[in-house]
Amino acid sequence: MAATFELEVATPDRLLVKDQVAEAQIPGLNGYVGILPDHAALLSELGSGLLTYTVGGNSRSVVVSGGWVEVLPTHTRVLAASAERPDEIDLKRAQESLDRAERRLKEAGDWDIARALRAAERARARLEAASKTGR
Amino acid sequence: MPSLIDFRRRIRSVKNTQQITKAMKMVSAAKLRRAQDAVIAARPFSNSLRQMLANVAAAAKGTDAAAEHPLLAERREERVLAIVINSDRGLAGAFSTNINRGAQKFLTEDKAGRKWEIEAVGKKARDYFRRRGFTIVGETFNLTKAPKYADVAAIGRKVAGRYAKCEVDSVYLIYNEFKSVMSQKLDIVQVLPVPLPAETATADYIFEQPAEELLATLLPKYVETVIYRAVLESAAAEHAARMTAMDAASSNAADVIERLTLYMNRVRQASITREIIEVVSGASALE
Repeated sequence: MAATFELEVATPDRLLVKDQVAEAQIPGLNGYVGILPDHAALLSELGSGLLTYTVGGNSRSVVVSGGWVEVLPTHTRVLAASAERPDEIDLKRAQESLDRAERRLKEAGDWDIARALRAAERARARLEAASKTGR
Repeated sequence: MPSLIDFRRRIRSVKNTQQITKAMKMVSAAKLRRAQDAVIAARPFSNSLRQMLANVAAAAKGTDAAAEHPLLAERREERVLAIVINSDRGLAGAFSTNINRGAQKFLTEDKAGRKWEIEAVGKKARDYFRRRGFTIVGETFNLTKAPKYADVAAIGRKVAGRYAKCEVDSVYLIYNEFKSVMSQKLDIVQVLPVPLPAETATADYIFEQPAEELLATLLPKYVETVIYRAVLESAAAEHAARMTAMDAASSNAADVIERLTLYMNRVRQASITREIIEVVSGASALE
């Protein structure tokens, strides 16, 4: 069994991660999926959350939301609608969008509930990621 | 015969023009590099998405959902929508003309007898087709300056929505592909109905969601990425074309300056010679 597999995280406009990693935790739509080398082929939609992976003993993370993940024995591709490294997160903006989404969920209104839920989830994932990495 | 001062004036004016074309060339070169980087950065996503779509399509093949998905439905082609990606500004040589002519030829010859609609990206495309009386259903400007995925995705969503509502029967994308700095190639690709990539499935997947559901979310995204890639390519091609055109203009200006300087010196010499003759003949008349 190979000790590592290739992890690729890409958004429409850039490639964020392309590394040989030992393991990865990927937020699927139905909960986190842990991936080790030689994982069975899997296709899933991506949820919002912190994607963590281990590269040469160091743990790293990116925040992803929306998209798909494709797992193959030797490589894993994450195609995210948006993805950021923790140090790129705009804390103020994330907090604002969380507040806005929560307000919309509380007050009955003309909003798209599903969209507000997704926005809240995205914002929470960003804030959580930022706090975990000590900012 | 023009006088010395006229020559000086003309040379100065050509020099000014040359300075502008040189500056534009430099600016385009810098923008080209950025545009090229953007093209390269967008490649992994679109390649992977394509591969993924092929895999999912292979798995979903034969199911009702695959056959019935609105973005895959093939209809008799009566209304053709062309997304023409062009520049907003001129001074890029034959760049915009090539695109417009190619698009017009494609519609009037290959798609003769159908109803045509134009989704214009860039002022040059809008102006050309409006002047010729084509139906323009949408226009987007200033996109190629620094293409943002969100802006391009909006076009994709709109087009896909119209297709799903049966307002058009096929959608084509017409743009300049960035081949190299010296050459662009006109490329026409079918966007809708989505031509499924022919690659066969590479593995037997566990599907967290049913393959049909994945297919339904992948397809709109795929349409967006195809358009986004075309916009990026076109932006790079535009800067390359402008750079080449401005380079040619600068060297033409240099030729003109050289020729004018030569004439000017001839005129100057002729007048000196004439003056000497006048002096000499005047002196000999006194003897």
